[in-house]
Amino acid sequence: MAKTFTRPASMKDAMTHYCPGCGHGIIHRVLCEVIDELGIREKTVAVAPVGCAVLAYDYWDFDTTEAAHGRTPAVATGIKRVLPDRLVFTYQGDGDLAAIGTAEIIHAGARGENISVIFVNNGVYGMTGGQMAPTTLVGQTTATTPFTRRPEKDGFPLKVLEMMSVLPGVTYLERTSVHSPGEVVKTRKAIKRSFQTQLDRKGFSMVEVIAPCPIYWGLTPVMAMKRIQEDVLKAYPLGVVKEGSERI
Amino acid sequence: MGNEACGEGAIQAGCRFYAGYPITPQNELTAYMSRRMEGVNGTFIQAESELSAINMVFGASVAGMRAMTSSSSPGISLKQEGISYLSGCELPAVIIDVMRGGPGLGNISPSQADYFQATKGGGHGDYHMIVFAPSSVQEMFDFTYKAFGCADKYRMPVMVLADGMLGQMMEPLEFDEDMKPPAVVSKPWALTGAENRDAQSIKSLRLGSGEASLERHNEKLQEKYRGIEKKETLVEMYRADDAEKVIVAYGSVGRIARSCVDSLREEGEKVGLVRPRTLWPFPHEDIRRLARGKVDFFVVEMSAGQMVDDVRLAVLDDDRVSFYGRMGGGIPEEKEIVRRLRDKG
Repeated sequence: MAKTFTRPASMKDAMTHYCPGCGHGIIHRVLCEVIDELGIREKTVAVAPVGCAVLAYDYWDFDTTEAAHGRTPAVATGIKRVLPDRLVFTYQGDGDLAAIGTAEIIHAGARGENISVIFVNNGVYGMTGGQMAPTTLVGQTTATTPFTRRPEKDGFPLKVLEMMSVLPGVTYLERTSVHSPGEVVKTRKAIKRSFQTQLDRKGFSMVEVIAPCPIYWGLTPVMAMKRIQEDVLKAYPLGVVKEGSERI
Repeated sequence: MGNEACGEGAIQAGCRFYAGYPITPQNELTAYMSRRMEGVNGTFIQAESELSAINMVFGASVAGMRAMTSSSSPGISLKQEGISYLSGCELPAVIIDVMRGGPGLGNISPSQADYFQATKGGGHGDYHMIVFAPSSVQEMFDFTYKAFGCADKYRMPVMVLADGMLGQMMEPLEFDEDMKPPAVVSKPWALTGAENRDAQSIKSLRLGSGEASLERHNEKLQEKYRGIEKKETLVEMYRADDAEKVIVAYGSVGRIARSCVDSLREEGEKVGLVRPRTLWPFPHEDIRRLARGKVDFFVVEMSAGQMVDDVRLAVLDDDRVSFYGRMGGGIPEEKEIVRRLRDKG
């Protein structure tokens, strides 16, 4: 019988270090499927972040470097300017992208840098032990919000795509999720569209993927997926946030 | 102008990527690169911060390009993170520091108070940069040009440590417009896409054991640094052979100290100069050789005394090393240095 489901060629045959129920494995896989489908494995240079995905180069079978915390879009900018015909993307978590790297992501968008950004939003700092992230929901308990995130003390969640949408250099923004097979398929499509946007030299694009962190949400993997549907998506609605650029 | 000489030295060395951020007194260099890169099909980016600028350079270097950034002291403090990562990843890059007074915003007068952060690793971890110390507009050009060759050869960040006076000073500069860039070493490690080879990564995280361990990596870095100390140390010894007193000074101060030596010699005093042209590696051996005679050392810096520590380590007799420093109050004048030298007996 013919094999119909195999490991993407862009993925190494390796066991990941991710926790049970983590979203990174799913996102890695669909990303690699897209790279296979576009036939660009040999033309891809990725930038891994500081955070849970720092070891992505152990799982991806294409060229990958690693940036200092939050500087990921700046590193990608340097690579892309030198190699304009390569596919250059960053893979960033919410701490990397929306806290310490806020300036870098906004200005990469403002410059209309022709790169793709995969932004994995799970609402906590996973690698360091589940601290509050800029995207943590109001009322959520974390290692550093033991009495829940209270806006009067901890401020409000950051909606990065909505902020970025006003920038003329930004071409395409979409928020997706991995909490159901249907949404995983949409995530795959969005990543493909982001990469195609770059290959067509149309400028900056970003896909925000809502992902579960069962360990630091204190939930089982199944309950974590349920929480995305019931709570997280209320704060971070899915869909295309921006398409088409005002670039000249 | 010194700042522009650095820029042209970089262009002649084949640098085709520059990212910078405005800060006085190095702005002429950034402006020069914005004009000059256009004509050579290079990339100029005015970054959103010094952090971003050094990380853009990191990215360009990952892709195999000769790349440079520049700043002045407070901005160099911000770049230290990136310098540490460049060192950990063994990536070549050139950084120009046109020093100003500190701490904090300090002032914009010439200073040499970045000696520690340049030579002792201002960022975290055990690493070194090769640090060139120009004392003329010509050396601003020559050292910047040379820095790219060293950076590629040793796969490491290299700094040109100048100051506000050198950066903004005008004097003639000579170079051959048909000069060739330093020999390009092949960069099989660069990330350009895994075409006809296995995928590879450039990273500073080392969680492995054995050959892949951080400790083994650090041992290799240290072996590399020991080799550089043997090969790349540069120093100007001026009228030092028969000297009874030797001034040790670098950069702008080294230049003024040279005039001091000439005028003191005219008065019959046996004074010489040691001017380190690389601050790391430091010319310990050259100073130690002089110290074997009955020579006293007088160190002059535009700081509270930073390089003087290295001189003491070379001389190993603190009674024979004295120091005079200015700290953000301007450049010491020739007669001021001469008077201080005589005061020290």
